[in-house]
Amino acid sequence: MTSRLSAQGLTLAYDQRIVADNLGIAIPDGAFTVIVGPNACGKSTLLRALARLLRPKQGAVHLDGALISSYSTKEVARRLGLLAQTATAPSGISVADLIARGRHPHQRLLRQWSREDERVVDEAMDRTGVTDLADRLVDELSGGQRQRVWLATVLAQATPILLLDEPTTFLDIAHQVEVLDLCAKLPADGQTLVAVLHDLNQASRYADHLVAMRGGRIIAQGVPSEIVTSELVEDVFGLACRVITDPESGTPLVIPRYTGAVKTTTTPS
Amino acid sequence: MTTSTRNTRRRPTIRSRSDALSVRISPRAIVVGTVFALIATTAGIIALTTGDFPIPVADVAATLLGNGDPGTTFVINELRLPRILTGLLVGTALAVSGAIFQSVSGNVLGSPDILGFTSGAATGAITVLLVLHGTTSQATLGALLGGAATGAAVYALSYRHGLAGPRLILIGISFQALLASVNSYLITRASLGGAVTAKVWLIGSLDSRSWEQVRPLVIALALLLPLALYLGRSLAYLEMGTDTAKALGIDVERRGLALIAIGTALAAVATAAAGPIGFVALTAAPLARRLTGSSSPPLLTTALAGAALVTVADLAAKQLFSPTQLPVGIATAAIGGIYLATLLVQQRRRT
Repeated sequence: MTSRLSAQGLTLAYDQRIVADNLGIAIPDGAFTVIVGPNACGKSTLLRALARLLRPKQGAVHLDGALISSYSTKEVARRLGLLAQTATAPSGISVADLIARGRHPHQRLLRQWSREDERVVDEAMDRTGVTDLADRLVDELSGGQRQRVWLATVLAQATPILLLDEPTTFLDIAHQVEVLDLCAKLPADGQTLVAVLHDLNQASRYADHLVAMRGGRIIAQGVPSEIVTSELVEDVFGLACRVITDPESGTPLVIPRYTGAVKTTTTPS
Repeated sequence: MTTSTRNTRRRPTIRSRSDALSVRISPRAIVVGTVFALIATTAGIIALTTGDFPIPVADVAATLLGNGDPGTTFVINELRLPRILTGLLVGTALAVSGAIFQSVSGNVLGSPDILGFTSGAATGAITVLLVLHGTTSQATLGALLGGAATGAAVYALSYRHGLAGPRLILIGISFQALLASVNSYLITRASLGGAVTAKVWLIGSLDSRSWEQVRPLVIALALLLPLALYLGRSLAYLEMGTDTAKALGIDVERRGLALIAIGTALAAVATAAAGPIGFVALTAAPLARRLTGSSSPPLLTTALAGAALVTVADLAAKQLFSPTQLPVGIATAAIGGIYLATLLVQQRRRT
């Protein structure tokens, strides 16, 4: 396995609160890696460190064989794209203009809008199915449409590596599937994709490489069908469950144990 | 080929054949900018020709070309021209400063007049004049130091894992109130002569501005404006949030700090020349943005809007209440106050 993006011996902390200690990971090239784990397990923090948004207290992140901190911010942005959770669209911006902003790392003072920029933006809109929305204002879009537009913005950045921080949050189930279907297609074009996801079943279905974290540590990683077991889910999430085979995709499907916690009929006093 | 990127394509682009060079143009921004420039020029010409001593346009032109009689030359070159130029330059500086701070703080209320930078600059100047009994040029230095110190203090107090917009604004507003009352206090306990000299620092005024104010403004703007326009291209990305801006290749910390330094310097230089003229920094950028329909801050149009606002406000303050000469700060405060109230009502409705 080759890996353009990897981390070694990471200690990650916000101020003095240590989130992860001595954490290492190698992201497989050309595959869809999904990081899962309970809330506050450090999965988004790890993603932020991989995207050089969080400076590790100790350890190193390597991109293409060199320390990520040795590149200029713009050079990193040509190799690695990120869909952040906190992304805010300026009010009054059109879909086409927002997606065009993804081209920033490829632009210069006198190279403001090349034919290449135009071609890549058109392609990104096409792949995310937002072509018909181009002239609409981002403010007017539904949550699902907006997330597709943000995805198109990151695609327009045309980076070999893409990091997505919970790309399906706030989306209904149909839009979640739509976004994930789109993500699953990207590695076929040679792109490396890393996403933090909440839903273990979706992660098992879409991931080529699954990383399960708890308390700032990687508990298991590998092909979902090989690592997702009821023991792992119990260990990582503290959830008693059965793991069966998803009849649709053949991937592991986690079903929580039925505890018999039926709705009580006692009336509140 | 898709026909979808109409919106993007509508903005004309000039490209070299090799695709190595390309420049985008916004016709609407050019039109709006030209209109602002025309308004500022017209207001300037009216101000040159009217007043206690009306001078026909032909004589003004002759004087500017160096062929006027001594009396007219004195009125034009020593009284009216420096005042108009100070207004234009101060308006430009305040407007660009406001645009920078509003983008960096991600809030229209985050402008240097609301955040107390201009009041802080005034405090610096008044302290030099009344407490240290310094000269007017030393007061200018005091204004620069006061503005920079206030900027640094407000930012230091509101910085917590990056800049938090709402926090910055609350701390800034409290500084503004505090420093404004300090300024009033200093003037109240001053001698009559001192109070008259220092009065200009309470509310911005272009009255009796001379080349002494114009020269440092020209130098400062020649230095700061190109820098602001160059680095200001990042503002559009900074508005998208720290993480996204960095992901798109903006060196957020360094670029943000450089822009804040430029914005603080512009506000301080403007206040040093004409006192704390309020609300220009607050209104110019949103006005330019709304009129150009631009999704990124149009700095050049904003600069022209600021120049037009101050020259028109000064003319209005002088003419509407003639023979009483109101300081320009009162006119901008009247316009800006109404605007600020509308803004607050709108923000309140949205949340």
